[in-house]
Amino acid sequence: MSTVVGTRLLRREDAPILTGRARYVDDLVIHGAYSARVVRSPYAHARIVSIDTTAAAAVDGVIGVFTGADLRDEFAAPLPCAWNVTEDLVNPAHWPLAIDEARYAGDGVAVVVATSPVIAEDAAASVVVEYEELPAVVSLTDAVEERAQSHSELATNRCYTWSLIPDPDAVDAAFASAAHVVRERYVQQRLIPMAMEPRGVTVVPGPMGDDFTVYSSTQIPHILKVQLAIVTGIPEHSLRVVAPAVGGGFGSKLNVYAEEVLCLVLARRLGEVVRWVEERGENTLATIQGRGQIQDMELAADADGRITAVRVHLQADLGAYLQLVTPGIPLLGAFLYHGVYDIPVYSFTCSGYFTNCTPTDAYRGAGRPEATYAIERAIESLATAVGVDPVEIRRRNFIQPDQFPYTSSAGLVLDSGNYEAALDEVCRLVGYDDRRAEQAARRASGSRTHLGIGVSAYVEMCGLAPSRVLASLNFGAGGWEHAQIRVLPTGMVEVVTGTSPHGQGHETCWAMIVADELGIDPDHIEVLHSDTAISHLGLDTYGSRSLAVGGSAVYAACGKVVAKARTIAAHHMEAAEEDLEFSNGEFRVKGTPARSLSLQAIALEAFTAHNLPDGIEPNLTAEASYDPVNFTFPFGVHIAVVEVDEESGAVELVRYVAVDDCGTQINPLIIEGQVHGGVVQGVAQALWEEAVYDDAGNLRTASLTDYLVPSAAELPNIETATTVTPSPSNAMGVKGVGEAGTIGSAPAVINAICDALAPFGIHDIAMPASPARVWAAIQESSR
Amino acid sequence: MIPAAFEYVRADSVDAAIAALTEHGDDAKLLAGGMSLIPLMKLRLATPTVLVDVGRLRDLSYVRDGVDHVAIGALTRHRDLEISDVLAQHCPSLQGVAGEVGDNQVRHRGTLGGSVAHGDPASDLPAVLLALDATLVAQGPNGERTIAVADFFEGFLETTLAPDELLTEIRVPKATGGWNYQKFNRRAQDWAIVGAVVVNNGSTRVSLVNMGSTPLRASAVETALAGGASIEDAAQAAAEGTEPPADLNASPEYREHLARVLVRRALEAAS
Amino acid sequence: MTVNGSSQSHDVEPRTLLVQYLREDCGLTGTKIGCDTSSCGACTILLDGESVKSCTMFAAQADGASLTTIEGLAPSADQLHPVQTAFHENHALQCGFCTAGMVMAVVSLLEENPSPTEREVRLGLEGNLCRCTGYHNIVQAVLAASEAMR
Repeated sequence: MSTVVGTRLLRREDAPILTGRARYVDDLVIHGAYSARVVRSPYAHARIVSIDTTAAAAVDGVIGVFTGADLRDEFAAPLPCAWNVTEDLVNPAHWPLAIDEARYAGDGVAVVVATSPVIAEDAAASVVVEYEELPAVVSLTDAVEERAQSHSELATNRCYTWSLIPDPDAVDAAFASAAHVVRERYVQQRLIPMAMEPRGVTVVPGPMGDDFTVYSSTQIPHILKVQLAIVTGIPEHSLRVVAPAVGGGFGSKLNVYAEEVLCLVLARRLGEVVRWVEERGENTLATIQGRGQIQDMELAADADGRITAVRVHLQADLGAYLQLVTPGIPLLGAFLYHGVYDIPVYSFTCSGYFTNCTPTDAYRGAGRPEATYAIERAIESLATAVGVDPVEIRRRNFIQPDQFPYTSSAGLVLDSGNYEAALDEVCRLVGYDDRRAEQAARRASGSRTHLGIGVSAYVEMCGLAPSRVLASLNFGAGGWEHAQIRVLPTGMVEVVTGTSPHGQGHETCWAMIVADELGIDPDHIEVLHSDTAISHLGLDTYGSRSLAVGGSAVYAACGKVVAKARTIAAHHMEAAEEDLEFSNGEFRVKGTPARSLSLQAIALEAFTAHNLPDGIEPNLTAEASYDPVNFTFPFGVHIAVVEVDEESGAVELVRYVAVDDCGTQINPLIIEGQVHGGVVQGVAQALWEEAVYDDAGNLRTASLTDYLVPSAAELPNIETATTVTPSPSNAMGVKGVGEAGTIGSAPAVINAICDALAPFGIHDIAMPASPARVWAAIQESSR
Repeated sequence: MIPAAFEYVRADSVDAAIAALTEHGDDAKLLAGGMSLIPLMKLRLATPTVLVDVGRLRDLSYVRDGVDHVAIGALTRHRDLEISDVLAQHCPSLQGVAGEVGDNQVRHRGTLGGSVAHGDPASDLPAVLLALDATLVAQGPNGERTIAVADFFEGFLETTLAPDELLTEIRVPKATGGWNYQKFNRRAQDWAIVGAVVVNNGSTRVSLVNMGSTPLRASAVETALAGGASIEDAAQAAAEGTEPPADLNASPEYREHLARVLVRRALEAAS
Repeated sequence: MTVNGSSQSHDVEPRTLLVQYLREDCGLTGTKIGCDTSSCGACTILLDGESVKSCTMFAAQADGASLTTIEGLAPSADQLHPVQTAFHENHALQCGFCTAGMVMAVVSLLEENPSPTEREVRLGLEGNLCRCTGYHNIVQAVLAASEAMR
C-alpha cells in the first residue's frame, strides 16, 4: 500500500454538504421547540430604568419573557474569561443579560420565548425598555483619554497593562545610538469575522429530566461544556455538547456566549427544547469582533539598515466585556514584533481598554496578523529611509538558517526556518525583476494607473500550545489534545479526536495519518469528533492547533496501537518483538515474508482475548494526550501586485503570490485551500472591511451590504507554493496553516499600495485602503 | 428578518391590480420582482399591510419594436432586457445597463417597471431611461397616461406615480449610437457609489446615478458639449446642479470628483 | 408548486419567505440563510431553471413554479451533477455553508453561459459570498464543470 499522507486526497466531508444533507444547527428539526429572541439595547451605554414585558408576554404564542433580573438566580457564575493576563486585570461581571446597565448597542437585556421564531420576533418589538442614556466610550481613543466611563462602576476604562521588556537599558541605548529610527502609528481596524453561518444553539432536555444536550454552532464543544457547567451549576456529566456541521468560525465561535447559557437555563426552567439562531444583523453586533488596536511601532537601525531594536506600544480595544479570550489576543502577538528578523533588543507593552462597543476576541490570526503588519510596514519605512529596495532590506535582517534554533529577544525559541528560500521562491514566481521593470516603464510613460509591488514576510506561532507556557502567561487552561484509536474486531478503525473541525478537513486528514501509520485503507477509518458524549477529552479547534497538537495526539495513539499489536503479534507468531517488521498493515517475521499477521486479525484476537500474552489487556485500543513541547512556527513570504487608479483611488489586486512553509504536508489540497481563504481575509482587511461606529456608538456596518466581505469578482487567483521545513518539535514535523495566509497578507497589500504611490511621497495609508482614502491621500500629497 | 404581517392579493389583470390599489389606498404596495421591496420589508423598514402581487401579469413582459421606439412591458425582467435581440439592435444602452443591475439572481426577478417605480437615485436603470428621454405609461382608475421620465422622479423613493396607479409600459427611443455606463463601486454586487451614463442619440445625453435624491441629467455637461466644448472640458461640469449624499463609501466632495472622472470616461468610451 | 420534481402544497402565512417554506414546510434544509439583506446568496435555488435568492421571495410568488434545491440537483442517488463533482474534485468547499447556494448559482450561470471565461465566472458569482475558500478553487471548479458539461 502506498502512502496516503502527502497526497491530494479528496475530502470525505464533501458528499453530505454537496447534496444538502449536512445538518447545521438551524437545520436540526425538533418538533415543539420553543424559539428565543433576545431584546437588545439600541444604546451604546445606558442605565436600564425599567423593562415592561406585559405586552410581549400577552402575545399569542409567547411562553414567557425574561429579564436579566428574572434569570439572575439561574446563574452560578457570570460569563467566563479564561485569560486573566495580569493579576490586577479588571473583569466586570458579565451576565448573559444585562441587569442594571447596557454597555454596548446589542447588549441583551431581555429574552422572549415563543412557539415560533416569527412570534418571538413580533413579540420582542413589544417589550418596553426604558433607558437612561449615559455617555459612551465609542472609540479606543475615547477610552484611553477617559472621555467617558464605559462602565459606571469602573473608575477607569483601562483593563490591564502588560509588558515584555527583557532589558530596558538596552532599548534606550539602541534608540539613542541609532542611525535610523522609524516611528509610526498603525491602526488595526475592528473587523467582523462574518462566518457564513450565523451562530445558533438548541438545547434539548433529556427525558430523564436533569440532563441536557446542547447543540451549538461552536468551535469549542469541550470547553463550552466545562464553562456551561460552571455558569449554570449543571454538573458536567449531565451535559452533552454537540457541534453539528459548523459553517465557519475563524475564532468567532471560539467562545462562550450569552445565548448559549440563556437557552440552557431556559430549557432547564421550562423543561422544553429552546432554540436560538441569530440573524446576520445580530451577528454583527452580538458576535465578537476582531482586531481593534492602535500600534505605536518603533525600529532602531544602523546605517546599513540592520535593525538593532524594536519597541512597540499597543492600545487594545477590548469592547464592553471580557469574553473568553478577549484580553489575551494582543498578547498572542506580543512575542512576534521582531518578525523574521534578527533583532537583538525587544520592548513590548500593551494596555487593554473597555469601550462601549461589541466585545473583541479571537479572529483569524488573533494577535499575529497585527504583529506582522507592524513589523512588515515598519521595515518598508526603514527601506525608504536607508534607500534600499524592500526585498534587500529584508535579506539584510533575516534570521539565517544556521541560527536555528533561534532564541529571539522576545524569548521565543523559533525551532526552524528558512526565510531566504521562501523569499527567493516568491520573487521567482512573481517575476520580481520583471514586475519592477514593468513598474519603471509604467512610470516613465506617465500612466495614471500605478503599479505597486508589496512584500510581506512572516513567521507565526501556533499549534497552541505548550501547557507550561500557558501557565506562565496566566492562561486558564492547558494546550494539550487527545486522541483515542480503536481497531475494531471487524477491522474498521475508529479515531476519536478532541479537535472540532468546521471546514478544515480533519476527518480526511486524520484518516490519512492513521492510514499510513496503521497500514489500513482510509475508507476503513472513521473519524469521530465534536460530540462530548463520543469524544470525552479535548481542547477543540482554534489557533492553528489541530494538526500540530491534535494530529500529533492521533499519531502518538497510532504508535501505541502498533506497539500493543506488536506484542500480541509476537505472542501469536512465536517470535521476538524485535524480529517483527510492520508494514502495509501487517507484521512479518524478518526473513520469513510468507508468515504475516494483519492488524485486523490482531484486533480480532484482542477482542476475543482467547490467547493474549500475560499483562496485555483485551481490545486493540490506545489513547494519547499530547502536550506540545513548543509552539510551531510556520513562515512564509507573500507578494501582492496592485494597480492604483490615480483618478479615483480605486485599488485592484491583480496578482497575489504566496509561498508558505507549514512543515510536513499531510494533504496539499487542504493546505492550498487554507492559504487561499486565509489570504483573502487579510486582503479584505487591507481593502474592504471595517466595522464602523458612529458617534453615538451604533454600528453602521451591521449588514453584508455595508460591511464589505469581497466576492470572487473582486479577487484574482491566489497563486500558492510551498517550502517544506519540518518542525523539529513534533514527530510528524507539522506546523499548522489555518491562519498563516491571513497573517501574511494585509501588509503585502498595503505595502504594494504605498509602493505604487511612492512617487507621490505617500508611505502610509490606513486600512481599509478604500478608494476614498486613497484618493484623499493623493490629494493631500499633491498640495 | 421576517416581515410584519400583511394581506396578500394576487392580481390576475391590470384592472384587478388597480382595483386592489384603489381599495386599499396607502396601505397597499405593488409587488413585482420584489428585489427592492422585499429587502425593506424584511428589515421592517417598509410595513405595507396589503401587498398586491402583479408578478403573474406575463402579458406585461415584452420587448417590442414599436417603429419609432421600443416598447417594453413594465414587468419585463432585467434578464430579459439583457438578452433581448430587439434591444441589441435598437437600444443597446438599455440592454447594457440592465446587465449591470445587482447580480444574476436579482436580474432573474427584478423588473424594469419595479426598479423605475421604486425611485432610488442609486439604481442603474432610472438613469439610463433619463438619458434616453424615455416615456412611461401608467394606468390608474381614471385610465392611462404617459409621463416623460424627466417629470417622473420627485425625490428619494418618490415618484409622480399615484398610489392607485401602476406602470404598464416603458418606451425608449431607438438609439443606436455610442453609449457607455461607468458604474463605480467597491464590490461588483454593490450599488453605484456614483454612476455615469452616456448615450449618443443625435445629441449627447449624460445622466448620473447617486448624485442626488433622484437620478439626474448632467445638463451642464450636455450644454457644454452642444456648445463645442471638448470632452475633457465638458466633463468638468459634471457635478453642477447635483447634491450628492454622504455615506460610508464617499463624501459629497469625493462623489463630485468621481462624477467628473466617470462622465469623462463615459464620454470617451461612448465616442 | 413542484420542488425537486415532487408536488408540494401547503397553506402558509403570506409573509412566509420562500426559503422558510423550503426549509420548514418542505423539510429541505439544504438551502441556507446567511444574511438578512439579500447579499450573501447562500439561499440561492433554481426557479424554473434560473437562479434566484429564495430569501428575497415570498413562497406565494413561487406558486405554480418548478423549483430545484441542492437536494434535487443530483440526477440519482449514486450520481452527482457535474457541478457537484467539480466542486468535490477541486476542493471548492470547506465549511460548506455557502455551498448549496454557490452550486445552484453555478448551475444557472453555466446554463446561460456554457463556456465562461475566468472573468465571467468571477463576475457571475458576484452575488455569492464565501468566507472559507477565497474563491480560487470555486472558480477552478466552475471552469472544470463547464468543460465536463460540453
